[in-house]
Parts: sequence; C-alpha cells; structure tokens
Amino acid sequence: MKLTLKIWRQPNPATAGAMHTYELDGVSEDMSFLEMLDVLNEKLNTSGEEPIAFDSDCREGICGMCGLMINGQAHGPEVTTTCQLHMRSFKDGDEITIEPWRADSFPVLKDLCVDRSALDRMVQAGGYISANTGSAPDAHAAPVEKKKADRAFDVATCISCGACVAACPNGSASLFLGAKITHLGELPQGQPERYSRVVGMVGQHDHDGFGGCTNIGECAAACPKEIPLDVISQLNKDLRTAMVKGR
Amino acid sequence: MAGSTLHEGLAPLNVASEQKSDDAHGYYVLGDKLVDAKAPTGPIKDRWTTRKFENRLVNPANRRKLDIIMVGTGLAGGAAAATLGEAGYNVKSFCYQDSPRRAHSIAAQGGINAAKNYKEDGDSTFRLFYDTVKGGDYRSRESNVYRLAEVSANIIDQCVAQGVPFAREYGGLLDNRSFGGVQVSRTFYARGQTGQQLLIGAYQAMERQVAAGTVKQYTRHEMLELIVVDGRARGIIARDMVTGEIETHLADVVVLATGGYGNVFYLSTNAMGSNVTATWRAHRKGAYMANPCYTQIHPTCIPVSGDFQSKLTLMSESLRNDGRIWVPKNREDCDKDPRDIPEEDRDYYLERIYPSFGNLVPRDIASRQAKNVCDEGRGVGPVVGDFRRGVYLDFADAIARMGRQAVETKYGNLFDMYARITGEDPYEVPMRIYPAVHYVMGGLWVDYDLQSNITGLYVTGEANFSDHGANRLGASALMQGLADGYFVLPNTIRDYLADGPFPKVAEDHPEVVAARESVEARINTFMSMNGTRSADSYHKELGNIMWEYCGMERTEEGLRKAIDMIRELKADFWSNLRVLGTADGINQSLEKAGRVADFIELGELMCVDALNRRESCGGHFRGESQTEDGEALRHDDEFAYVAAWEWGGEDGQPVLHKEDLIYTAIEMKQRSYK
Ligand SMILES: Cc1cc2nc3c(=O)[nH]c(=O)nc-3n(C[C@H](O)[C@H](O)[C@H](O)COP(=O)(O)OP(=O)(O)OC[C@H]3O[C@@H](n4cnc5c(N)ncnc54)[C@H](O)[C@@H]3O)c2cc1C
Ligand code: SF4
Ligand code: FES
Repeated sequence: MKLTLKIWRQPNPATAGAMHTYELDGVSEDMSFLEMLDVLNEKLNTSGEEPIAFDSDCREGICGMCGLMINGQAHGPEVTTTCQLHMRSFKDGDEITIEPWRADSFPVLKDLCVDRSALDRMVQAGGYISANTGSAPDAHAAPVEKKKADRAFDVATCISCGACVAACPNGSASLFLGAKITHLGELPQGQPERYSRVVGMVGQHDHDGFGGCTNIGECAAACPKEIPLDVISQLNKDLRTAMVKGR
Repeated sequence: MAGSTLHEGLAPLNVASEQKSDDAHGYYVLGDKLVDAKAPTGPIKDRWTTRKFENRLVNPANRRKLDIIMVGTGLAGGAAAATLGEAGYNVKSFCYQDSPRRAHSIAAQGGINAAKNYKEDGDSTFRLFYDTVKGGDYRSRESNVYRLAEVSANIIDQCVAQGVPFAREYGGLLDNRSFGGVQVSRTFYARGQTGQQLLIGAYQAMERQVAAGTVKQYTRHEMLELIVVDGRARGIIARDMVTGEIETHLADVVVLATGGYGNVFYLSTNAMGSNVTATWRAHRKGAYMANPCYTQIHPTCIPVSGDFQSKLTLMSESLRNDGRIWVPKNREDCDKDPRDIPEEDRDYYLERIYPSFGNLVPRDIASRQAKNVCDEGRGVGPVVGDFRRGVYLDFADAIARMGRQAVETKYGNLFDMYARITGEDPYEVPMRIYPAVHYVMGGLWVDYDLQSNITGLYVTGEANFSDHGANRLGASALMQGLADGYFVLPNTIRDYLADGPFPKVAEDHPEVVAARESVEARINTFMSMNGTRSADSYHKELGNIMWEYCGMERTEEGLRKAIDMIRELKADFWSNLRVLGTADGINQSLEKAGRVADFIELGELMCVDALNRRESCGGHFRGESQTEDGEALRHDDEFAYVAAWEWGGEDGQPVLHKEDLIYTAIEMKQRSYK
C-alpha cells in the first residue's frame, strides 16, 4: 500500500519542531508500524536526509520503550503497543499523523523521542518494598490469597510506557501510579509501607508537573496493558487513609 | 537420574582431553592452557560455603569510599546494583534504554527454576545441578553450576519479599510447572511474563537505592570503551546518547552485565539495542571471549514474513506440550491450505524420528529438524529469500481433545499474540513456527568469582560464559542472572574490594586519555566516511552469513566461506558506511554503526571457534560430527574444554587458551532422546 506520513521532526529540545510530509510506497500489511518507519528511514538515508529518531527496543510489547501518537491516539487505533501495531490496521492511501507523546512532564528530546525519567522518579519516591537482599524469609512463610495475587499481577503488568499520560488531557500519571499502588498494596509484603508509599509517590507526581485526575478515562482507553480505571480509586482511597493517619 | 551415581566431588572422573583435529589451522594461534585460579576443591556441596567464608570482608565504613561501575540493569546488573547499594558501596549504574526497567530481561516469558522441592517430587540441589550440567552437554564448569543450583532457592524468597506476584494456587502457596522436558516441577512463573515481574522487582530495589543515594543511574548511556590502568579495570568511556557527550567514569572495579550478543544474527528474539559492544571492547582490551560459537536457537518463534523483518518473536515452548508439529510429505502440497491436506500426506517428523520424546525433544534437536525439512523444500508459509521457512504447529487435535475453551485458558495470550503478528487465527488454521536465535551461552571468560582475566573486571549474567555449557535449559537464564546479581557477585567482589580503595586514577592519565581519544576517533570516522550504505544494511548482510553458515548446522567448508565473506564485509563497511546527522545529540544511526562494527568482528571469531570445534555438542552441530542416523556426536576425548580466545590485535590472529573441564561430581554421558 501507499501512505502519506506526516511526521513531527525536531532536531533537539531547544529548537522548535514541525510536521514534515513523506510519501511511502510498497508498505506490506505484515509489517509492524515500526518496521514501516525502518523502511522509511532506510529510504531517507539513501536519499541523504537524516533518518527519523524514534524509540523502541524489545518490539514485542513488553519493555515499554516505544510509544507514538498515531492520528492523535496514543499507540494508535488498536489496544496494543506501537511496536505491536501492524500495518494491516491501515489501508492503501491513508494519511497517518505521527507525533511524540505530548505532555509537559515528558519533554521532547528529538523527533519522536521524549524524556520519561519522571516515571522513574515516582518509583524512587516509594514504589518499592524495602527488603534487603539476604533478609527474606522462606517464600512460603506468607501465603497470599489467589484472588489478591492475581489482582496484584494484573496491575503489575504496567510497562511504564507513558501512554496514559500522553492520552490524558490533564497530563496526569494517575493510572501509572494507581497500578503501582495497587500492585504493592494487594500483597501482605507491601503493607508496612503502604501509606508512606502513596504519599511519597503522589508528592513526586505533583512535583514533576503531572496534572490532576478528573476522571476522564482516556488513560485506561489508551493503556496497552488494559490497566483498569479502578486502580485510581484505590490510589485515592489509600491517599485519603494516609492523610487521616497523618503520614 | 537413571544410571548415574552420586559423587562427592573428591576425585577427577575424567582425564583432560587432547585435540587431534585442527580444522582452524591457519586462523588462530595456540596459547597456553588456562586454569581457573579460584576453582575451589573439596566436596562439591561445600565449595561455595567455603569460598564465601574465605572471601575477605569490607568494613562498612570503608564501603562508601569504594566506587563500583555496573554496566547493565537487567536481572544480573539490576539485582547487583541494588544489593551492593544496600551494602553501602557507591554504585554507578548504566543502561542504554531510557529506564533501567527496560533491560531485555523484561521479555523472558516462561519462568525461573529453583530447587525448592515445594512439590515434594524428588527435586534437590543435586538434581537441578545434574539436569543443568547434562542439559549443557557437559561443557560447563561443575562448581559454578552447583553453586547456581544451591542459591536458586534463595532467589525465590528474595523475589517474593520484594512483591513479585508469582502464580499461586488456591491455597495461597506458590505454583510450579515443569518446563523444558525435565521430570520435576521446579519452575516458578508469573503468567507468561516472568522476566518482566522479576526485573521490576530488581528495578524497584535499585530505585530504592537511587533514592538512598548509594546508586546513581545513568540511563541512555552507552559504554563504548573499557579503561585499564596498570593491568586493572578502572573505568569506562560512555556516550551520553542524548547530548552526545563522551564521558569518562572511573572506579575501583567494573562489572559488565550487558546481556547476550544474539543480535549478531540480525534477526533474533533479542531487543533492537542488544549488543556486544561492551564485552567486545573489553575483549579488545585483553579479556578472553569463551565459547563464542555456542548459540541457542529456539524452535518456536513466529516465522519471518518479509525482508523488512526487524526482529523475531518467541512463543513459549509450552506450546509443544499440546501442539503437534508437521510439514507436508510432498513439496507440491506446501502452498495448499493445510486443512485440505489429508492425514496420510502429513509428516509429523518429530514423532516419527523420536517416538519416545516426540514433539518434546530438546530445543537444539527440534530446531535442527525444522531446518532440515525446510531445506528439503517442505517448509510452509511465504517464500522468504528462496524458500519457505516455517513448519506447522497444529492444535486441531488438542482442540478436539480438550475443547476450545481449555486451549484458550492455557494458551490464550500466545494465540492472541500470534494472531496480532500474523493476521491468522490459530484456532482455525495451524500456527506456523520457525527456529530463531534466542540466547548465547558464550561470553566473556570468568573464574569462579566471576572475575575475567583482567583484574578488577567482573562479568555477570548472559554476558559471561559460565553456567550453561553448550546448551541452556529453559528457565535457567533468569536463575543465573539473579543468582549472579543478588548472591554470587556481592560475595565475591568484596574479596577484591577488601584491598581498596585503589589509588585514584587521574582523568589525564595516559591510558584514560587514550581510551577516550580512541572512542572519539571512531565516532569521527563513522561520521565522516560518507559512503552509500546504512549500518542496518551491513547488519542484515552479516546476519544472513551467520545464519547460513554459523547457525543451526555448521560445516568446515561453510565456516571457511563465512570467514572470507565477513572479512570482505568488514572492508566494505569501513569504506562505504553512511551515517547522517551529527554526533552531538541523539543519533540512532551512529549508535547502530558502532554496534555493527563490533558484531562483524565477533562474527568472525564465532566462525573460527566453530571451525575449531570439530564435534557436535548442544547448540553447536558440526556436520562432520554426527552418528549414522544424523544425531549429534560429541568428542569428550578431544573437546572437553572451554575455548577462551584472546584478541590477537588488529591484524593478528586470535589466541586460543584451553581450560580443561574435569568433572568430579558427575560422569560425562552422551545424550540420547530416541
Ligand atoms: C524473548 C526471550 C525470552 C526468554 N525467556 C526466558 C525464560 O523464560 N526463562 C529464562 O530463564 N530465560 C529466558 N530468556 C533468557 C533471559 O531472559 C536472559 O538471558 C537474561 O534475562 C539476561 O539477563 P542479563 O541481566 O544478563 O542481561 P539483559 O537483561 O539483556 O540486560 C542487559 C543490560 O545491559 C545494558 N547494556 C547492554 N549493552 C550496553 C552498553 N554497551 N552500554 C550500556 N549498557 C549496556 C542494557 O541496557 C541492559 O540494561 C529469554 C530471553 C528472551 C530474549
Ligand atoms: S498504566 Fe498503561 S498506559 Fe500507563 S504507563 Fe502503564 S502500561 Fe503504559
Ligand atoms: S518496543 Fe518494547 S514495548 Fe514496544
């Protein structure tokens, strides 16, 4: 198929960017979206134009490195990561707009690459269970109810891609935060730090300029791992309890 | 352990091998034999305890004066950074992704082994040890493997304490499954995302240390050179991939946990950025590269669909428990709808050749037989290159037997992934699979303490060669990464650090300046060559050569041809490469150029290593070494050694140092799956 691609190009954080238009012919529907961009880049290199910078690593939907706004949708039209989106979701003659994640907390570094280090900083602010190596009791010392273990797993599948932030009109990272709070909060091991964790993480979230949650739900719709919206209720509940407890 | 006797480990059970053939004559120089100076002796079950006791301690007050460079944030690097940070050392952690949590360990699906014997099915440290040595086709070091089995149980405890959500049973206890053909259930898992959950555990522990100030993380940083001063590893040169700045980082000790080099084949299940640069640069500085030709090719990956293909996706091996593998008996049927091919015209070749193991033969055998039937022209799916690269993995019988619902519960997420990538519905049409490069057993040589032959350079995880011999059992790489990271390295590195802090090295020390200048010169060469071809196009070409001649089956003739082809490719690369843009910011073509340059050199060494080893063992099948019915034939009398290669200089030949493999706890036996 033949496509018209409108792609954001920006040489560096300090220089303003703009959309550029490229025509690409011979796209196969078996290509992944990123392979389509590889083909374009190979063409650009041959013609003497610098290839487009975009992030990816595992290309199998698990590392969270990729992420593009495709026709205004985070990760494009399907519920999956950008790297797992295939060209059979498009058709001959389509015009596709490709932009980086847009959020104040994710500054653009170059072309389609953004800086998501704020997500690591939230984890540093409490997104862990303190258990020094070597200090652990036998794994069977504390059984975990299967329902809770499954719920913890379901929300622990967040890949930290940042699509929820990019999709949110407020640029909130509440879905990401809620996923972590719920993952650790469901488990017995996570109880001792449960309330200090939520206070620390939310504090960092606000400090890094992520917006507040107004229950729009775009985040959950964009999430490639289908993290459910109710983790945000859990987040708010834990935060209220923490406030009451004065932590 | 049928037919095997337990040995305590007090006396050698084999003699050193003596190589008679010399296929690689003219391509290498024979060096001195290599002996692991740290190899412990005594009863095998006491060796690690003894070593831990012998290793000196570092006074807590001194730890914060000791600087550790940790390159890599996968299971091996992330776990070690966290643990060493908790102990109070100063750790600088590097990764090329934008977050430590994206290291490729994240992609591991199946699970992690541990000798917990929670199922009371007769598992033990010794059995896990035995299975791992046997699985590795008797080409690994027994002391290392025993230690791995020994610490495996602690890993699970540690991960659970961190909140890793392993699969559980209704009673709330941990669930296990059997994996990779072993007879006990010792594999712990978190649905199909075990690697992800383990890595998040290590990552969170590491981020906690970042907050505590013991670990400083450098993301989007690529190590491009090792700094060696007075015979000791003292630092690295790294490029800030965002600003392009070339940075010097100095420390008391350097650890490489940079993962595997499977991407030398271009197409593999590794991540796009997986590279050999860190270990190859260390190799060029004197570190030995051990058994580089030992590669694992996984039988169940989604086949290549066209020239544009950038990577391959693995599908869990568990599919072979219920799916049946076949190809048409007749070539004419290869482009038919498989559902229209009657039973009598199908060849269930694994069930035919290996009636007792059938579709569950080990990875190397399943892969090689798939290649054989495709080479015969009986492959299925699209023609890529000049033939069809695929075989059917058919669930029709399983669906009839168990019902669609049961198949969906068991394999639903894999079927969905397959459907997303191929656009075909595996409930209706048989899946197509083909082998793909997945893991490398080769890597930098290390002693029992995980220290390379360069003093002060430690290597952990997939980046070293130590534990898996010529073939790795499923679910044992995650075990090794975390064993190295949480338990082994932190205990061995302290013996080295007990002599520190070492005298400070100045940034203008001649060795430091030289390392930095060589990195800058290389980047300038890439940027100014102005040829016509992209680094990616060279990478693809290299991958084709490696896959064809140094892939599932290697022959003397093919390997010689490959070496010539790689040398030509190298010359062309260094005269005709084109890298556009600038070096003072993000430049993915520049990053790629450096990686491909190193892969090309590695590729040649892999071929030389494969050429020298005129035996078939594990993942290395030499056409000249097979039984009458085409099975792998090992030669313990000639090749029971680790091949540790020393860099021979830009125009010189690599130097081969052999480390004899002497077993004291297990007797070597030929594998048989018929
Ligand atoms: C698809 C897939 C599935 C797998 N499934 C299983 C399984 O079920 N069970 C099992 O046991 N094993 C499995 N394996 C194998 C296992 O996942 C790996 O061997 C293991 O995770 C490697 O861990 P590591 O820490 O050594 O390296 P990695 O996790 O690969 O980490 C490498 C680190 O080094 C950094 N790095 C690399 N080069 C540089 C450089 N030049 N400069 C700076 N940083 C650098 C990277 O940024 C990264 O942080 C699987 C592998 C794959 C590919
Ligand atoms: S919650 Fe979903 S969208 Fe947000 S970072 Fe996690 S996986 Fe990505
Ligand atoms: S590249 Fe890893 S999730 Fe897309």
